[in-house]
Amino acid sequence: MEVLMNVALAKMNTEGPVDELFTSARGRLPGSRIVAEARQAAFDEFARLGLPHRRIEDWKYTDLRALLRKIAPLAPAPDKAALALASKAVKSHAIKGTQKLVLVDGVFAPQLSDIAALETGVRVHSLRETLENDSNPVRADLLLTKLASGAMISLNAAMATDGVVIGIADQAGISKPIYIVHVATNSGTSAFTRSLIQLGHGARATLVESFIAAGGAASYQAHDSVVLSIGNDAELEHVRLVEDAPDAANISTAVVTVGAKARLNTFNLTVGGEVSRYQAAILISGEGAHVATNGVNLLNGRQHADTTLVLDHVVPHGESREIFRAVVDDRAHSVFQGRIIVRPDAQKTDAKMMTRALLLSDDAEADNKPELEIFADDVTCGHGATTGALDDSLLFYLRARGLSEKEAQALLIQAFVGEAIESIANDALREFAITAAQRWLAARG
Amino acid sequence: MPLLEVKNLQVRVEDREILHGLSLTVNEGEVHAIMGPNGSGKSTLSHVIAGKPGYEVTAGEILFRGENLLEMSPDERAAKGVFLAFQYPVEIAGVATMTFLRTALNAQRKARGESEFSTPDFLKKVREVAKSLNIPQDMLRRGVNVGFSGGEKKRNEILQMALFEPSLCILDEMDSGLDIDALRIAADGVNALRSPGRAMVVITHYQRLLNYIVPDFVHVMSRGRVVKSGGKELALELEASGYTQFEDVAA
Repeated sequence: MEVLMNVALAKMNTEGPVDELFTSARGRLPGSRIVAEARQAAFDEFARLGLPHRRIEDWKYTDLRALLRKIAPLAPAPDKAALALASKAVKSHAIKGTQKLVLVDGVFAPQLSDIAALETGVRVHSLRETLENDSNPVRADLLLTKLASGAMISLNAAMATDGVVIGIADQAGISKPIYIVHVATNSGTSAFTRSLIQLGHGARATLVESFIAAGGAASYQAHDSVVLSIGNDAELEHVRLVEDAPDAANISTAVVTVGAKARLNTFNLTVGGEVSRYQAAILISGEGAHVATNGVNLLNGRQHADTTLVLDHVVPHGESREIFRAVVDDRAHSVFQGRIIVRPDAQKTDAKMMTRALLLSDDAEADNKPELEIFADDVTCGHGATTGALDDSLLFYLRARGLSEKEAQALLIQAFVGEAIESIANDALREFAITAAQRWLAARG
Repeated sequence: MPLLEVKNLQVRVEDREILHGLSLTVNEGEVHAIMGPNGSGKSTLSHVIAGKPGYEVTAGEILFRGENLLEMSPDERAAKGVFLAFQYPVEIAGVATMTFLRTALNAQRKARGESEFSTPDFLKKVREVAKSLNIPQDMLRRGVNVGFSGGEKKRNEILQMALFEPSLCILDEMDSGLDIDALRIAADGVNALRSPGRAMVVITHYQRLLNYIVPDFVHVMSRGRVVKSGGKELALELEASGYTQFEDVAA
């Protein structure tokens, strides 16, 4: 009897606040009828699954029940003061020559965005206006993904307050990077954003996303998802920079479809946030596509950062490359999970993945989990993973040449992450990522 | 005041004593050769002077211009003017040679309270030195020593020596792995750096190197001690009779 009561109590304790999260937010979630139904279905799915925990294989190293405990309530829509703080933060994170789209506490801020000066071939709507457009018969589809069920992507679909819906015309060559800036100005709350980018056939574009805090916002949660559809022969460079506040959480999902002969070059840098998970599911659905997904984690303190990639080759002649580097100091924890799936029809697939972690302290931890699931017989696939400390003989050589211990470490760390950062093709973005890495190194003292 | 004074130096690595009370005095402008068979402690001496971790000094001292060198970190020693040309220079993938040279030079200058070199001045200086050592420009763009031949690695060490202008140069087995042409280029580079204000300690197993870098003094090491010192003719004597005669002296 006592046991049963405990079970009942436990159930109430987890479900009560979860339901409240949705019901209290509902009035602020854009879209009615079919959109509201899609949200309810997504939320039911999340409520059924609950926060992912370590007994779920994909979340083994990132137990959100332990790390997040609960989903923070929805952040209020930004007022004038919040927008002013955000504006300042966006300016300090400006990247030259980009067209900015700014989301503040989960709400698109046209007044901070370069919406009036978009390049020809780029169409942008807010997710809110698209969901609220009752004459758009497919509006509810914006909340769906082809991804199999997942608690966090479902929660995101249920709760998304806003985002940007970007269309890039066929054959358009977009020269200025499109820069989505996520700014948090509110402490102790969650922002849910969802953006969709469709790159037309033969189009070329660069997409940057960054996550930052403004006005000392702390302990917030950024829940984001991005749905990218890359047309045949199209080319996209996608760079993510996670520079959230030190005690913030960032749970992001990318769902990507890559068309025939298309090229996708993605790079993710995580330096901020206490808990972060970036999961990307990349479906190579057209023949002869080339995908590079690279990333760097620079972690210290008690940071926990998880990068989980699934590359799914379903058609022949696909090529994929993954280079991942983690530098882990203090008691931080870096996780890299890379799964490459080669379906039976995906003959002549060429897939390689290399992940390396550098541990700077005895308490630092790195988990690398490369997985190959190969169902075709004529493929070239490989993976490698290493974890280690800085080489003492290299450190001594540098110190014997006059570099202090920190300077010598910094130079070797820069070299260690260099290969991954150098993969960013756009000069301004590469410089921006290098500067972010240098800031991290400089902060080590 | 002597530039370098090593007094009764005793050094252990783990449980084994390698140097058993070694003494050596080097004045400005002098070139000393230290010869000896493998395992006599020559490289240990060079490592301890440069400050390599893993050696325990149990007795004795090393003074550099009268200052206790053993209390300084390797980078402090470098900034004071101690330079070790490594027997096996390491490869540092991902760090361009130019970046490395500039970072090191400016770190030393900063430690001495001097202003950092401007980029044009630095480039000009590196190009001049590189040219004199027959080091092609593309080598400077590559990672430090990555894909360099043995001779190129040694020339890169001498390039750094010329750039950093140390007052004490310790050359650890500079001749190892070099053919005669490479050796000549390297030795010419070293000789060009001989000056009244700079001393050199040339560590070598073979007399051959001393045909190119002619020392003022020769010391023979055996089993962790200097067992004989003399002028440059001592090297020739060794070449003729070998090291065996000194094994007994040390025993």
